[in-house]
Amino acid sequence: MAAHTQPGRPNQLFRNLNSKIASIPMMLTAVVIFLGGTIWTVVYSFTNSKLLPRLSFVGLEQYERLWDTPRWIVSIQNLATYGCLSLIFSLTIGFLLAALMDQKIRFENTFRTIFLYPFALSFIVTGLVWQWILNPEFGVQSVIRSLGWTSFAFDPLYNSDIVIYGILIAALWQGTGLVMCLMLAGLRGIDEDIWKAARVDGIPMWKTYLFIIIPMMRPVFVTTLVIIASGIVRIYDLVVAQTSGGPGIASDVPAKYVYDYMFFAQNLGQGFAASTMMLLAVAIIIVPWAYLEFGGRKRG
Amino acid sequence: MDKSLTMPISGAAISGPAGSRLEAGPQGKRPRKVLSSRNVIVYGALGLAALYYLLPLYVMVVTSLKGMPEIRLGNIFSPPMEITFEPWVKAWAQACTGLNCDGLSRGFWNSVRITVPSVIVSIAIASVNGYALANWRFKGSEIFFTILIVGAFIPYQVMIYPIVIVLREMGLYGTLYGLILVHSIFGMPIQTLLFRNYFVSLPEELFKAARIDGAGFWQIYLRIMLPMSLPIFVVSMILQTTGIWNDFLFGVVFTRPDTYPMTVQLNNIVNSVQGVKEYNVNMAATLLTGAVPLIVYFVSGRLFVRGIAAGAVKG
Repeated sequence: MAAHTQPGRPNQLFRNLNSKIASIPMMLTAVVIFLGGTIWTVVYSFTNSKLLPRLSFVGLEQYERLWDTPRWIVSIQNLATYGCLSLIFSLTIGFLLAALMDQKIRFENTFRTIFLYPFALSFIVTGLVWQWILNPEFGVQSVIRSLGWTSFAFDPLYNSDIVIYGILIAALWQGTGLVMCLMLAGLRGIDEDIWKAARVDGIPMWKTYLFIIIPMMRPVFVTTLVIIASGIVRIYDLVVAQTSGGPGIASDVPAKYVYDYMFFAQNLGQGFAASTMMLLAVAIIIVPWAYLEFGGRKRG
Repeated sequence: MDKSLTMPISGAAISGPAGSRLEAGPQGKRPRKVLSSRNVIVYGALGLAALYYLLPLYVMVVTSLKGMPEIRLGNIFSPPMEITFEPWVKAWAQACTGLNCDGLSRGFWNSVRITVPSVIVSIAIASVNGYALANWRFKGSEIFFTILIVGAFIPYQVMIYPIVIVLREMGLYGTLYGLILVHSIFGMPIQTLLFRNYFVSLPEELFKAARIDGAGFWQIYLRIMLPMSLPIFVVSMILQTTGIWNDFLFGVVFTRPDTYPMTVQLNNIVNSVQGVKEYNVNMAATLLTGAVPLIVYFVSGRLFVRGIAAGAVKG
């Protein structure tokens, strides 16, 4: 706006000086922390740093060791299972709730308040509550058994085969409210006339949603997808609170692997390599999205 | 819409009790059947979902008000037969983490001492940044902004260790100041985006008029932009307060046991392996930790929704 060049002014550096001074924190953060920190970690992931970061390069050795570690494989499998299911369920449930909320219902504010309040809570609180509810001795399992179904078994937090589903339940409870809100905003953005036209043509409501409304909401779905997906890769607090990665290592996730190797096992190289893999996973999600979203047109 | 059309008619009808009979034909909306099958499905589904969402909160409250003997006997969904506030007192003042047995109160005050300055610093920085990006673009400003936004998606684990080193060099590692700095840094992308989008949406004429009148960068910010952007400050405060209060990862990495924020201390209390598990105390502690963001959420209402929506839409 105020930045069009004037050939009469000699020194470009001092143009807009106050603005530049005010932006120093942002520039430092962007360049030193975000860019510099990321490059630093990636570079050191090729070294054999143990207790302290050292610059003795060993090529891809850390990555080979990483992919030979059973614990890492378990983390990746957990992340894949959790990620896919979490995406599918949170999008489906979020959209269904939003569609129900969009039926010109009464008490809309009350319902939204109820669906969204878990999102205000931390993952630690979420994890601890669900740890209690899923407690096999006192929680859901024991309640259903006491109703007469004595062989009922649902103890995800103590059964390494299904522990990740226990975490999924808690994560969905915490996060679907947000998806619902985003979807509802998307639904509200759709022109009322579309609905009228569909009604005139006698298209049933579910068909209108499926073939007209959802395709129209593509940008909303993409944005939501990116938000959920980048949250999935980061999942850490919830696992720590709910299961501490257990039983054994059954509910381990990459973020926890990174943390443990960096700060407990004092194997920095492994931690750096694992976090670089996380970065790669995020890049695979973000780069195509950013390209599609911002690549084509000029921003401003 | 149809309400405004019928207004004058019903206004005339009010003039006399007999007036309504004079009106020809039915007026107002067609009365809907309350128990139509559509309503039953919609409200039934919403009601069930609401129950599922409310259940954990209910279980937390109920458990925290029971005594341990009752918990061992009954089921977690039954209301307490005898209400006791002892678990709350114990969680606040006596619960143990490691060797400290002074309860969650320590974590609470640590969290307050972390959250308040972090929110103020991060909003101050982000609002000025957003203002500079919206109204005083300079060569390269958009590049820094893009790096910032992309950086918001990078997993924190990637940047944690370099930050540990930087803080150690600055002598801030393990102190509350270090953590405040970290929160300000990681709050920056989303906050800057929020403020930038808001300032861009303000009419440009205001800014131009002020410039013609001779106002400079800081003068325009303080005397024109700030007073006009109170709502966005509130929204961003809500976002930052809940976000920083709920943080766990930074707390656990960048503080020491005596400066642990509430979430970290809560996790240590509940997941400690020693001693008999006191589920009622655990749930009281969990509720206490969740209370601050919950109060912020319930008080702020629509603003919270606006905040997360604004944070979610692309810039």
